[in-house]
Amino acid sequence: MQVTFKIWRQEGPNDKGTIRDYLVDGLSEDMSFLEALDHLNELLVLKNEKVIAYEYDCREGICGQCGVFINGRAHGPHDNITTCQLHMRSFNDGDTIVVEPWRTASFPVIKDLIVDRSAFDRIIEQGAYITAKTGTAPEANAILIPKEVSDNAMDAAACIGCGACVATCKNSSAALFTAAKINHLNRLPQGKAEEHKRVKEMTYQMEIEGFGSCTFTGACEVECPEGISITNIAELNARLTKANFLG
Amino acid sequence: MKLDSKIPEGKLEEKWRNYQIKSQLINPANKKKLNVIVVGSGLSGAGAAATLAELGYDVQCFCYQDSARRAHSVAAQGGINAAKNYQHDGDSVWRMFYDTLKGGDFRSREANTYRLAELSAPLIDHYVQQGVPFAREYGGVLVNRSFGGVQVQRTFYARGQTGQQLLLAAYSQLYKMIHAKKVTMFPRSEMLDLVVINGKAKGIIVRDLVTGELKRYAADAVVLATGGYSRVFRLSTLAIGCNGSAIWKAHKKGAYFAAPSFTQIHPTALPQSSEAQSKLTLMSESLRNDGRIWVPKKQEDTRKANDIPEEERDYYLERRYPSFGNLAPRDIASRAAKERIDAGHGVGRLKNAVYLDFKDAIAKFGLETIKDRYGNLFTMYKKITGIDAYKEPMQISPAAHFSMGGLWVDYELMTTIPGLYAVGECNFSDHGANRLGANSLLQASIDGYFVLPNTINNYLASALKEEHPTTDHPEFEKAEKEVKTSIDAILKINGTKTVDHFHRELGKVMWQECAMSRNKKGLEKAIEDIQILRDDFWNDVRVTGSGDELNTELEKALRLADFIELAILMCTDALERDESCGAHFREEFQTEDGEAVRKDEDYSYVSAWEYDNGNFKLHKEELEFEFVKPSVRSYK
Repeated sequence: MQVTFKIWRQEGPNDKGTIRDYLVDGLSEDMSFLEALDHLNELLVLKNEKVIAYEYDCREGICGQCGVFINGRAHGPHDNITTCQLHMRSFNDGDTIVVEPWRTASFPVIKDLIVDRSAFDRIIEQGAYITAKTGTAPEANAILIPKEVSDNAMDAAACIGCGACVATCKNSSAALFTAAKINHLNRLPQGKAEEHKRVKEMTYQMEIEGFGSCTFTGACEVECPEGISITNIAELNARLTKANFLG
Repeated sequence: MKLDSKIPEGKLEEKWRNYQIKSQLINPANKKKLNVIVVGSGLSGAGAAATLAELGYDVQCFCYQDSARRAHSVAAQGGINAAKNYQHDGDSVWRMFYDTLKGGDFRSREANTYRLAELSAPLIDHYVQQGVPFAREYGGVLVNRSFGGVQVQRTFYARGQTGQQLLLAAYSQLYKMIHAKKVTMFPRSEMLDLVVINGKAKGIIVRDLVTGELKRYAADAVVLATGGYSRVFRLSTLAIGCNGSAIWKAHKKGAYFAAPSFTQIHPTALPQSSEAQSKLTLMSESLRNDGRIWVPKKQEDTRKANDIPEEERDYYLERRYPSFGNLAPRDIASRAAKERIDAGHGVGRLKNAVYLDFKDAIAKFGLETIKDRYGNLFTMYKKITGIDAYKEPMQISPAAHFSMGGLWVDYELMTTIPGLYAVGECNFSDHGANRLGANSLLQASIDGYFVLPNTINNYLASALKEEHPTTDHPEFEKAEKEVKTSIDAILKINGTKTVDHFHRELGKVMWQECAMSRNKKGLEKAIEDIQILRDDFWNDVRVTGSGDELNTELEKALRLADFIELAILMCTDALERDESCGAHFREEFQTEDGEAVRKDEDYSYVSAWEYDNGNFKLHKEELEFEFVKPSVRSYK
């Protein structure tokens, strides 16, 4: 099959950037979207041009490193998948496919389609852990955790940190990402000791990183590859209110 | 040099304790004067970096990804083993040790393997404490399932995302120590050389992947935690960025490379569907708990799976290995699949797959139970193939997966270069010639959290007396210059072929000659072919862009250059070992019904290769079995 890619090219953080067109032939429906870009890059090398910079690693939807806007949607036309899980069979021969990086001030563009998501790491740094040193653990079955509690924690813990929730949000809010991590730990007995501190410090960091506020449009949960529900954000708000009174 | 494995004295169950009693200690005031570099941020790297920092060392941690959370430990699906005996099914440390040693076909050290089993139970305690949401019963206790090669249930899991949950725990603990300013994290940084001063590892040369700048970092000890090298086959279950460059550079600086040809082919990945494919997605081995593997009895059968009646299906694993059935170990299951596919029974569009069928399990346990156990794996299968595996069988195929081989390490996880350690998949330690499922997350974690933090002090105690290395030392100068020279050389070639072209060619040779089944003639030819490929690469590759910018093509080229050299060593090792053991199956050494023939009298050793200007010199670490008598490994 043949498609026209319209791809955002930007040399560096200070470059203005522009969309460039690439007509690509010889693609097959079995190719993943990223394999189609790999193919395009090989063609660019043979034409003596610089390759397009984009991110990926595991290519099985779990590392969270890939992620671009495809035809105006985070991770492409389907709900709840990653860019690497998108295949060319989702497009038609002759289609035009517009590819852009995540666009939000908190994820500045590094080059072409690659953005800097280190703001997420800095939110994690503020308390997404249990403060306990290696070697101090009690017997695992001494902490009984009912299946529903563990399953609920797992639902939130599944976040892959790709940033699609922020990228698709009109406010560039990181509420879903932050809520998922806080709820994972605060739902578990192990996370109780630091629950209020964790909520306050992680949400504070989220604000100083420049992420917007959540207005509960629900756009994030549509794109989240793990299908993490926005009820997590409601739960976060309740936790924050409680923490402000009690913590 | 005589290889000293430094196995401690005493009974098997007392060795680790005896080691700890005698090991040197460093007081807290002195620990903060010592700095340790950790390369890699997966389970072993993040675990080591966080724990060393908790102990008081000054730690620098490097990874090539944009965040430590991306490391490929994240992709392990099925679980982690531990001898907790929670299921009351007769499990014990001894049984787990024996299963692992036998699973590895008696090609690993007894003492290492025993330690792995011994430390498995406290590791589960650790991860629960760190908030890993493992699967649980309604009453709140932990759940287990089975994995290949064992007859008890000792695998702990978090849905089909166990690796992700363990890695996120390790990453969180690492960020806790970054917050405490005890670890400095360097993401988007790739190690391109090791710096050795007076015979000791004292630092690394790193390329900043955003600016292209080469940087020097000095340390009192260097820990490599850089994972496996199965991307040498190009098509593998590994992340695209996984590479062997750090261990290869260390090898060229004097670290021996052990058992390089021991690489595991995983039986249950999604089959290749096109030439352009970049990656083979793994479907967890846990699926074999309930899924039954079969092919049509008729060759070239074109009927749909659901149209083939029961009596015309060949459940070949159940037929050949009745006592383990679908849970036969990986090497055996992969070879059995290859045998059926080669005999014309393969299924799927390219006839390169076998069926993994849940029909009977759904009938027996109900759809909801199967969804609860494997829901996300079925969803993933559907996302990639478009097929609903609740209604028709999955198609699966063998794929390059884990590297049992790696840098040779002693009981302390130190390589043959003093001060250089290798932890996790990048070393050769516990798995012998074949790794059992759910032992990989285990070994990476044990190395990083429990072993290294208890052994590194034995070396660092002496480093206290030495002068702290500085980056203006001539060895740093020299190493940086060598790196710059090779980058410039690659950029200058401006040939006619892409990096991916050469990687596809290398992958084809390696998959054909050095994967599931090997023979003398094929390996000799492969070595010649790869040497030609190497020359062709250095004459005709084209990399556009420069070295002073973010250049993903250059990153790929540098990794591939090292893979090509490593591939030659892998074939050399496979050629040297005139026996079949574990994942290493030499066609010349098999029984009439196609089972491996191991030759303990000649090959009961770990091969450890020394680099010598493009040639490889073999050293042997003889394996001594003091507590267990190696037996013929049978799963029949």
